[in-house]
Amino acid sequence: MKALLPRLEGVAIPVAALLAGLALFGVFIALVGKSPVEFYSLMYKGGFGTWFSLQNTLLRAAPLLLAGLCVALPARLGLVVIGGEGAIVLGGLAAAAMANVMVGAPSLVGLLAMALAAMLAGGVWIGAVGALRHYRGVNETISSLLMAYIAIALMNHLVEGPLRDPASLNKPSTAPIDEAFRIGLIPGMDVHWGLVVGIIACIIAWFLIERTTFGFGARMTGANVRAAQLQGLAVGRLILAMTGLGGACAGLAGMFEVAAVQGSANASLIAGYGYAGILVAFLARHNPLGVIPVAILLGGIAAAGGLIQRRMGLPDATVLVLQGILFVTILLSETAYGRFKLFKRAAA
Amino acid sequence: MSEDLGLWGVPIAVLGGAIRVSTPFLFVSLGECVTEKSGRINLGLEGTLVFGAMAGYAMAYSTDSAWAGLLAGGLAGVLFGVFHGLACSLPRVNDIALGIALMLLGTGLAFFFGKPYIQPVAPDLPAIDFGGWSDIPQLQAALRINVLFLIGIALALVLWWGFRNTRLGLVIRMVGDSADAARAMGYGVNRIRILCTAFGSMLAGFGGAYLSLYYPGSWNEGISSGQGLMAVALVIFARWNPLSCFWAALLFGGAGALGPALQSVGVTQGYYLFYAAPYVLTLAIMIATASPTRSLAGAPGELSITK
Repeated sequence: MKALLPRLEGVAIPVAALLAGLALFGVFIALVGKSPVEFYSLMYKGGFGTWFSLQNTLLRAAPLLLAGLCVALPARLGLVVIGGEGAIVLGGLAAAAMANVMVGAPSLVGLLAMALAAMLAGGVWIGAVGALRHYRGVNETISSLLMAYIAIALMNHLVEGPLRDPASLNKPSTAPIDEAFRIGLIPGMDVHWGLVVGIIACIIAWFLIERTTFGFGARMTGANVRAAQLQGLAVGRLILAMTGLGGACAGLAGMFEVAAVQGSANASLIAGYGYAGILVAFLARHNPLGVIPVAILLGGIAAAGGLIQRRMGLPDATVLVLQGILFVTILLSETAYGRFKLFKRAAA
Repeated sequence: MSEDLGLWGVPIAVLGGAIRVSTPFLFVSLGECVTEKSGRINLGLEGTLVFGAMAGYAMAYSTDSAWAGLLAGGLAGVLFGVFHGLACSLPRVNDIALGIALMLLGTGLAFFFGKPYIQPVAPDLPAIDFGGWSDIPQLQAALRINVLFLIGIALALVLWWGFRNTRLGLVIRMVGDSADAARAMGYGVNRIRILCTAFGSMLAGFGGAYLSLYYPGSWNEGISSGQGLMAVALVIFARWNPLSCFWAALLFGGAGALGPALQSVGVTQGYYLFYAAPYVLTLAIMIATASPTRSLAGAPGELSITK
């Protein structure tokens, strides 16, 4: 028990912060004249209460897992990358373009090529953010966000012009993906395989960071760059690898949105998953295994959003406000670490 | 003069657009400049800008006075700034991450409360005609300059002068360069940073009110596309010099006006690529001016973003 207490701190404080955020949002809801009790019971019902709503939650959690990794992996090096949205958009676009090239190829080959194209597009995009950081000293937070806007403009340009399917009238899209390359549902569920891939990616990422020398080097760099350099670690290579891997994950999320949900690349790819991923990673304290429950929780909040809007007459930005409040309380809780004697080995 | 200026219409439209588009950049970057001079960074200004736009529009609509709207935008900014300043004074709270959180919260709150104001029409901020001497309508339009732009120029001058020549300016710079030195002199580092963040955030709120009350002049959810964040990059480009902030803002405004200007003369090819021009420009400038080996000339020593 005594040995357990210090480790408990890493769980107890985020959970307490989460509860505080939910309580604070309850006050906000009460202030605008609605019932917090109704809100939270609807959220439970719409996000987790029934098999149907749970599947809806998992469907939304799938891209959040990968988008969360896009923030969490570079964060282990101390980099705050917030432009995952750009990698998702370009990953989806690359996958759709590849699908058109691969028409006639066997399903599996085509899907692998699409995944590769998506990961490459996302990896190069966020990897470039890392390269700019390392070789030019450009702040990664700002550059990644600027590049997200550029990526969205690039996608709009290509989808409106060179890659446009003439048959898409009101909503410019790429040509629909061949049926052979559509990604199906997990048997017995209404959720596509992206969920499984996302969870596996989180587990691999956790293993990479916690159980390999590569991960050890990354964690050391995140703790102290100078010390890592003095130890002869190739910090540049670590930065490129982590940002590249993170971007590849986000690119893959884009591919699943295209191949399993949308059926072609279009403006629906800009759904804010990249930005929600920032929150996922911070809530999980940049731990890839922590990303899994957090992504499901936030997926549930997003899934319940529609029901809450209809039943309570609240604007669709309500979910955004809740996310913002949770984000703020989680960050404020950082200051609580080490303050409680209860969690300290020496005091216990 | 004939109505058709041909290609000459492009530079005139870019000039006019630059003046119109640059004003929010100017205000946010001047605000961020003051905040960063004190050693903090506030990425939440993007959210403050959007919330300021909503609050300003809502207030102007309900009081029928654009000036009351402007005030409301600034006041909302002060609230966000005080919160950011207080929160960052706590140990281990990262100012960059908290900024991102406030960006999310600010936009969320703006969309939440702004829903009913998408349709109604609020009064505009006044503009002054400087183009009366010309009989070219395009030039007249370009030279219809909003008072906030002029206030912004004055503010840039005052801040530039103030940082160099006043006691307050010196104290802010000292707090930003070395918190230890400031503490040794007996100044409250946190208090000064909170005040600087609040002031900077107030300017961002004004910038937001300009967006909804003058250009484009209505409130909607897409009113800011990263202007608050680009202003952060702009401050780095301007080397924390308020006067350079003005020129940089004008440059960014011009880049933002390029796409619409070309479209107005019939060039529609690659519209979305021109739309990305300000972002590409920002990135290019950051790549050109940043350096991995030395800290930037003029950068406040305590700033986390350039370390």
